[in-house]
Amino acid sequence: MLSQKTKDTLLGPLNANNPVVVQILGICSALAVTVQLKPALVMGIAVTIIVAMSNVIVSLIRNTIPMRVRIIVQLVVVAALVTLVSEVLKAFAYDVAMQLSVYLGLIITNCILMGRLEAFAMTNNAWDSLLDGLGNGLGYALILVIVAFVRELFGAGQLLGFQVLPQSWYAAGYENNGMMLMPAMALILVGCVIWAHRAYNDKEKK
Amino acid sequence: MKLNTNSNIYTFVYMTVVVVIVAVLLAVVSSALKPLKDANVLLDKQKQILGALKFDLDSLDTDPATKYLSLVNDTLTFGDKEVYVANLDGEVKYILPLEGKGLWGGIGGYLALDEDKNTIWGVNFNHEGETPGLGAKIVEKEFRAQFEGKHIRNAENEVVSVAVLKKGKIADGKEQVDAVSGATITSEGVSTMLATELITNYAEFLIVEPIEEKEVEDVESED
Repeated sequence: MLSQKTKDTLLGPLNANNPVVVQILGICSALAVTVQLKPALVMGIAVTIIVAMSNVIVSLIRNTIPMRVRIIVQLVVVAALVTLVSEVLKAFAYDVAMQLSVYLGLIITNCILMGRLEAFAMTNNAWDSLLDGLGNGLGYALILVIVAFVRELFGAGQLLGFQVLPQSWYAAGYENNGMMLMPAMALILVGCVIWAHRAYNDKEKK
Repeated sequence: MKLNTNSNIYTFVYMTVVVVIVAVLLAVVSSALKPLKDANVLLDKQKQILGALKFDLDSLDTDPATKYLSLVNDTLTFGDKEVYVANLDGEVKYILPLEGKGLWGGIGGYLALDEDKNTIWGVNFNHEGETPGLGAKIVEKEFRAQFEGKHIRNAENEVVSVAVLKKGKIADGKEQVDAVSGATITSEGVSTMLATELITNYAEFLIVEPIEEKEVEDVESED
């Protein structure tokens, strides 16, 4: 169905070439939006859409871009897309736009975008760039969701805002872990994910 | 002929064209969506005011806009401050819009006062970008409900606002509510916002003629 190369481009970033745990990109926003699952999910989707679209646009115009100002052109494309997405959200999904608030604008500074534009879109055709953008966006979303799942579950006893740990646990002396709500904990969890990921992949290789 | 994409003139023209295209695109989209965005902003404000009046938005009998228009029937202006006057089953409630600073950006809210301009009926907060799970909790019911029934005046009838303090701390000469744990700066922001707005910015509105206020106090002491 999909050629090997296409598969690698789309699915590679989910595991072997994950933007967060292998390329170590986009860590900053992974810290900020992972206290709860819902903003992490929405952020993951927003980044996926914007990486994919900017990858395609930059790929289409890659041969016309003057090399000396390519970073500026990439930034203009990304900034325009982020502004468009935030305008559309404000008009049609106001609640979501409010929930994402500043993080939406901060997608512009997400290193994954610039990283993928420079490393992939500038040298590949539009279709591959689309797949690469989708793959990397989803790979980023995956890590965000894993970290947010752990942080919301142990930090607040909830998932997506619903109480999942039974009240009887609290009555028996269980307490939410306040450390989980600290940004530092996201870094530690990302570290744990990287550890598990490397350990697993090394085993696979042998 | 192959175009030299690295020449100065090409670079200059290219950037100009790109920026103009993007600028026109964004301007068109922004102005095309403006009516929708404005409607959303207005609706959001109306919903927040309804929240401050302690309506549960999920169980309204009509849509929020209709409900809002049926309740809020007057606006008082004091300098650049506005106070909305709502009529809740014959009781007058004043709604004071609030603005302040949190940890990452602006915070705001609406404070509904009873007719005595002292007892808090309800309050609603919003924020631009406080940390989800921490500072963002100021919008949640658990935090807001603490304010209900609190008084913004002290025994001498001076406006002193309500303090937001960590559990265990005791406010000096005013009533207090518990801060959101783990969100010290956002909580302080709420406290400061309330104090600044009530004591300074709404001073003109909150001045109560002494005689009228005496009567209110007498009634209270008789209770």
